[in-house]
Amino acid sequence: MNVFMFYLFSGIILICSLLTITTRRILRAAVYLLCVLLSTAGLYFMLNYQFMAAVQLTLYAGGIVVLIIFSILLTHHITHRFKHPDLVKLIMGVGTGVIGIGLVLATIFSNSFQPASVQELPVDMTVIGTQLLSTEKNGYVLPFELISILLLAAMIAAIVIAKKEKNKNTEI
Amino acid sequence: MTGYNYTILIPIIPLVMFLVTGLLGMKWKPIVSGLLGTVGMGSSWLLSIITAASYFFGGHHAEGFQTIIPFEMTWLRFTESLVIKMGVLLDPISVMMLVVITTVSFMVHLYSIGYMHGEKGFQRFFAFLSLFTFSMLGLVIATNIFQMYIFWELVGVSSFLLIGFYYQKPSAVAASKKAFIVTRFADLGFLVGILILSFVTKTFDFAQLTQPGTTIFGSAASMSFLGISAMTWAMTLIFIGGAGKSAMFPLHIWLPDAMEGPTPVSALIHAATMVVAGVYLVARMFPVIHFQAPAAQEIVGYVGGFTSLFAAVIAITQYDIKRVLAFSTLSQLGYMMLSLGVSGYGGEEGLGYMASMFHLFTHAMFKALLFLGAGSIIHAVHSNYMYDMGGLRKYMPITHITFLIACLTIAGVPFLSGFFSKDEILVAALHHNKLLFAIEFIVAGLTAFYMFRLYFSVFWGKDRHYHHTPHESPLVMTIPLMFLAFASIFAGYLPFTELVTSDKVGFESEMNYMVAIPSILIGFLGIAVAWILYKKESDIPAKLAKSWGILYTATYNKFYFDEIYLFVTRKIIFNYISRPIAWFDRHIVDGFMVGIGTVTEKASYKIKGMQSGQLQHYAFAFVAGALALALFMIYYLM
Amino acid sequence: MIQGIPLEHFLVVSTIMFFIGVCGFIIRRNLITMLMAVELILNSVNINFVVFNRYLYPDQLQGQFFSLFIVGIAAAEASVAIALIINIYRKLKNIEVENVSELKF
Repeated sequence: MNVFMFYLFSGIILICSLLTITTRRILRAAVYLLCVLLSTAGLYFMLNYQFMAAVQLTLYAGGIVVLIIFSILLTHHITHRFKHPDLVKLIMGVGTGVIGIGLVLATIFSNSFQPASVQELPVDMTVIGTQLLSTEKNGYVLPFELISILLLAAMIAAIVIAKKEKNKNTEI
Repeated sequence: MTGYNYTILIPIIPLVMFLVTGLLGMKWKPIVSGLLGTVGMGSSWLLSIITAASYFFGGHHAEGFQTIIPFEMTWLRFTESLVIKMGVLLDPISVMMLVVITTVSFMVHLYSIGYMHGEKGFQRFFAFLSLFTFSMLGLVIATNIFQMYIFWELVGVSSFLLIGFYYQKPSAVAASKKAFIVTRFADLGFLVGILILSFVTKTFDFAQLTQPGTTIFGSAASMSFLGISAMTWAMTLIFIGGAGKSAMFPLHIWLPDAMEGPTPVSALIHAATMVVAGVYLVARMFPVIHFQAPAAQEIVGYVGGFTSLFAAVIAITQYDIKRVLAFSTLSQLGYMMLSLGVSGYGGEEGLGYMASMFHLFTHAMFKALLFLGAGSIIHAVHSNYMYDMGGLRKYMPITHITFLIACLTIAGVPFLSGFFSKDEILVAALHHNKLLFAIEFIVAGLTAFYMFRLYFSVFWGKDRHYHHTPHESPLVMTIPLMFLAFASIFAGYLPFTELVTSDKVGFESEMNYMVAIPSILIGFLGIAVAWILYKKESDIPAKLAKSWGILYTATYNKFYFDEIYLFVTRKIIFNYISRPIAWFDRHIVDGFMVGIGTVTEKASYKIKGMQSGQLQHYAFAFVAGALALALFMIYYLM
Repeated sequence: MIQGIPLEHFLVVSTIMFFIGVCGFIIRRNLITMLMAVELILNSVNINFVVFNRYLYPDQLQGQFFSLFIVGIAAAEASVAIALIINIYRKLKNIEVENVSELKF
């Protein structure tokens, strides 16, 4: 059962990501991206990281993809079809991709990973919460604070960059 | 002998005068430059006379004159053994040359005050005259061959400046260029000869090279190139340098053209001093040539003989006074070279050497007189050509008498100086080489003929009607003429055989009547032929010229040597050598440089494309670079 | 650790997704589609971290937290990118990536 779900999810991921980058209509690309993100969340569920999956669904699928669709609607004719990419770029891109895949897979398969036999930690909200705010070993309060500052900066930057003269655009 | 330290002043005074008149001459009235130059020259002249009197006649010289070096300094030191020094060397020939140069130069300075009066470049002329005298004096007192070479070049430069004095005349510019280029070309041979000689002997010094019984030539015996020994090469090349300066055949082409310069220049440079530099060089190197390279000595003799015959034949047909005198100078230089070529070494054997130096001395006097006289004539008649003149004896008595004395001297009339010196040459030639003797004998007759042709055409001949009556030159011009005439008459009585000889030991010599009588007769024969043809106006010369036909035309055109040289340089050297080299320089050497620039420009243009501003190119480069690095590190380093 | 699925399978998936994203970033001409490719890359990296955490270090949570932070940063970055895209659209009236080549020589 696990194996079947795994192959289903990874199949969806791979096919939809391929379609994302090759489709000629932009709105379809956004939808394919959404499928990829949903399948990724599925993989997280399989790995027993529920919180992670929830965050993925909320933020990525519900936030970023919506954002992208808004910007598509703001800047584009939806019915406009893309032209085919020119040959040089195609070769550059596909060449890099193929060589990269070959190299990394060769490296992965030449190394043998030993799964650990340590007792796994049950991951639930209390553990995540205390670890996120603790200052001892395995405590992540510092990155947490930094992230919050980064988000603030991103918010201010987005507002300032996209501001019109009179109207205010409220993004995120 | 008191110290000879004052001899360094002899060349220094003209140098100072050159600097003063050259730099400051334009600030004063022209006559000041003239007087300064003349006074300077006069004091050098006095110092030379004192030096000569003290060297030759003071003290005891039974075992021969000593070589005295009162002054020497190291100028340039390359290595331990390669040192170039500058100094003053006094020995019989250099002291004699000092007297010759300063006397003639002094006379020319005095004469030029009158001759160049009113010319635009008066100060420049006197500055250059002093420069030339300085160079020539430096040349004759050189202690080593390199110093001589340096002053040799300086003499060439001064000659260039003086021949091209009227620099606005294209013919003068061309003549000065020709003189400089031809002598420079010969100096290439001179330099290579110096290098070979110093390589073999490891020294430049004259005292060491010419010392009797010296052993520095030991290594030369084994060196040879193309079957000719190294010393013969060296001496022949050095002789080529001398042949260029002394206008021996085939490097004679510059001397007739050099007559474009003012007449005092011709008198100083091209009669009495610069052109004898070649003869002086051979005389200076005489022991080396005689003992180490006898083949070179033969070459010297034959070249001299041929040149004198060649020049005498051409002189018969020329109409320009100065050209006749120029060819006459060539002919007499041939005599001097020939005499050196047939000479032996030591005592009676060295008669040729002594005769050559003697003839140099007397020739300087009477040739300078002839040129200055010609200048006087040209000044009066305003033309150089014999067919514009005639019957001048009535108008210019002093010039007439002095010119006549000089012509008689050069023709070898007895009791004048030319007779004694020319005779000694004939005796020396007779003892060593009958062919050269025969050539010189014929040339003696030709000399008398063409000189008296000149004399009769100018001073006798037809009475022409002149536009303005020619008048005698001013005193400042005639005094030098009289002085030189005096010297021409009495210089023959100097006891040269005791003073200037090949090994510096004097010897006794007597008149050889077997040679003297025929030479006097042939001289008179020449004078008589000229008397018949030219004293009164007649058309016999024109008929004779026509009957000789082609030979006459060829001789008149100096046997077309100038045309041959021009042809060779223009058509052959310029087209086949200079043009390809210029093409090579323009297209390959320059092209290479330009190519480097173009390649760089094109490469940079292509590399510039890497900064395309396209985000995706940057991303591609980034990822590709990271992959390449990972590949390299994973698979090659570990 | 999931029974029956070795670690390498997950890694293969994430690798291919990563390089598809790189491909897409280089090939695409529109700025928004390039942004989508960047999201693919980020996601693949997320999967990598989580899987390594689960398989190799199951008693720690470092991989998961790292992924959390990556998601946060991706969100911030996407918002700023959209703001830039809107600004470019206002100036140039289209969002082809060839037109934004101000860094050209």
